[in-house]
Amino acid sequence: MRKFFAELTKKQKKMLLRIVVSVLLTLLLTVVLNIIPLNEYVSLILFLIPYLVIGYDVLLKAARNIVGGSIFDEKFLMTIATAGAFFTGDYREACAVMIFYQLGELFENIAVGRTRKSIAAIMDIRPDYANVIRDGEEQRVSPDEVFINDIIVIKPGERVPLDGVVLEGISSLNTAALTGEALPVDIVEGDSVISGAININGVIKVRVTSDYSGSTVSKILELVENASDKKARVEGFVSRFAKYYTPVVVILAVLLALVPPLILHSGWGEWIHRALIFLVVSCPCALVVSVPLTFFCGIGCASREGILVKGSNYLELLSKVTTVVFDKTGTLTKGVFEVEAIHPEESKYDLFELAAIAESKSNHPIALSIVRAYGKKGKEPDKSRLGTVEEIAGKGIKAEIDGEDVFVGNGALMELSGARFHECHKTGTILHVSVSGRYLGHIVINDEIKPESSKAVSELARDNIKTVMLTGDKKDRAEEIGKELGINEVYSDLLPQDKVVKVEELIADPASTIAFVGDGINDAPALMRSDVGIAMGALGSDAAVEASDVVLMNDNPLALPLAVVIARRTMRIVKENIVFALAVKVLILVLGAIGVAGMWVAVFGDVGVLIIAVLNALRAFKVKH
Amino acid sequence: MRKTFELEDLDCANCARKMQEAIAKIDGVTYVSVNYMAQKMVLEADDQIFDEVLSKAVKAVKKVEPDCSVIVK
Repeated sequence: MRKFFAELTKKQKKMLLRIVVSVLLTLLLTVVLNIIPLNEYVSLILFLIPYLVIGYDVLLKAARNIVGGSIFDEKFLMTIATAGAFFTGDYREACAVMIFYQLGELFENIAVGRTRKSIAAIMDIRPDYANVIRDGEEQRVSPDEVFINDIIVIKPGERVPLDGVVLEGISSLNTAALTGEALPVDIVEGDSVISGAININGVIKVRVTSDYSGSTVSKILELVENASDKKARVEGFVSRFAKYYTPVVVILAVLLALVPPLILHSGWGEWIHRALIFLVVSCPCALVVSVPLTFFCGIGCASREGILVKGSNYLELLSKVTTVVFDKTGTLTKGVFEVEAIHPEESKYDLFELAAIAESKSNHPIALSIVRAYGKKGKEPDKSRLGTVEEIAGKGIKAEIDGEDVFVGNGALMELSGARFHECHKTGTILHVSVSGRYLGHIVINDEIKPESSKAVSELARDNIKTVMLTGDKKDRAEEIGKELGINEVYSDLLPQDKVVKVEELIADPASTIAFVGDGINDAPALMRSDVGIAMGALGSDAAVEASDVVLMNDNPLALPLAVVIARRTMRIVKENIVFALAVKVLILVLGAIGVAGMWVAVFGDVGVLIIAVLNALRAFKVKH
Repeated sequence: MRKTFELEDLDCANCARKMQEAIAKIDGVTYVSVNYMAQKMVLEADDQIFDEVLSKAVKAVKKVEPDCSVIVK
């Protein structure tokens, strides 16, 4: 409780004081007037004291807004409602309505403010400074004053200010704020570090590889800051609704005050009183505040788990996803190829060495795996033997080595090279090698399946989501993986451009919402084309972060079903709030019109509904694992 | 130039929307976003006229919500 008060701002404390004072004054007056009946005008003037204490700012703002020309402003309507209550002699109600209105505003202010702060704290990955070495001395400067190739020192407990490569030192990094992954990452000399992570134990020296505006932390912050620009359809509905709701209720209130007394020739007081009840519930605040707040909490909750959602519209789409399409490599599998077997056909040439030299300048994942595997034998590919290199998309590579044409790639490439080749009995990526039309043999490469993939697929199936896998692998290998993981549909032998075509085929079905999951390599078009493009393990891949709608910061596929769960839960809360707020308001309008519901019920319809809706919205920030 | 400013005491979501609309109408503003949840304003305008645009934007904010202040560092 003490903590609660300590965290209030000055403005909030002042409002709380005003509420307490006006409540006490109103109660006191009620008691006093019960004992000593006073003249009507005297009690009016006495009740005006607590009324002005609590409502003076509302009255002032209402007056200013009328000058500004906006009459359907909630402050103006509150003023009319309470002034009307004074007019009909309900002094106590007038004070109560104003007190509860201010209480609701205060509550909203505190709840939103605190949620905002706790979410902002999670997203606060902004580094404050960098220790840069200039003229042999360590200087503390702002991260945007550091340039590429500068050397920075990061001490234990400090945040990595810019992306870079470790030159010296061993340490562990806490990347929880970035990836949601609680386990620290060990780093040694030569490893790259990403900005926003926290250095845990060792002092490291880092060579900066990108300036501040291009670093991971800036990209993430920009993404988070722009997230609220993209509104969900339901938010559009709420703001359109809010635009019409207030004027309609106000017109109904006017009609209610005028028409029945004229027709029934009864007294004005009773009908004016009922019309005032309309004005009290005429504010759509519960909806206007709680719906964006729910989305904000949902997006915040997802960020805490390392899932960046670029806007509430994507959260809305994510909740409706019927089919998840995986681009196999890098999502379900590690995207790191391992050489499984080498099957030479000729002894005259070292096919492994030739393949390593041919691939030595490429950064294709397969090329990297060959060079790495070759390196494990303690050898470096001799690049000086390499002449011109030509990459043939979807087929492989053609390289000139020692003046001879070497082809390294799939069967289609072998046909192109004119070499007579044969398929391998093993499944996986088969890399055939030929020299000047002579077939040398092949290398079998496989991509390891991530340990969490199978669980992720079964969790999606549990949520009634169909899974589809796209891959450039051969049919038998693709189906083997598909079966192992429990994927519903598998499409194999696809070139990068075929994947977009496949995604477009799937989108064509109007009944389905397609999420495409890729690792950002070669799949930007498919990410953009799908209903929800999800980039996985995308730290460092600018194209993927740009093209996608949802960014999974860590490469654990379990983040995917979790994202769907968070999205669905957020949408459920949004719907609950809309239905609840509308139902209660309409009920009170009806009961108020027929004279069953009084001013107190109307106050609940305004403030009570707001408070309940806000509390419900805050639930979106908590996720059940 | 694009800059982000903190907004203090931005108390209502509707006011944030009104501020954004008002600032967008100022000459020279190429992008503006007033974010209630983040209590931030992102303002973009040409470098030469940025300060001038900023002071107009601050006035626009004050007009919608006199209690709200833009923190200009």
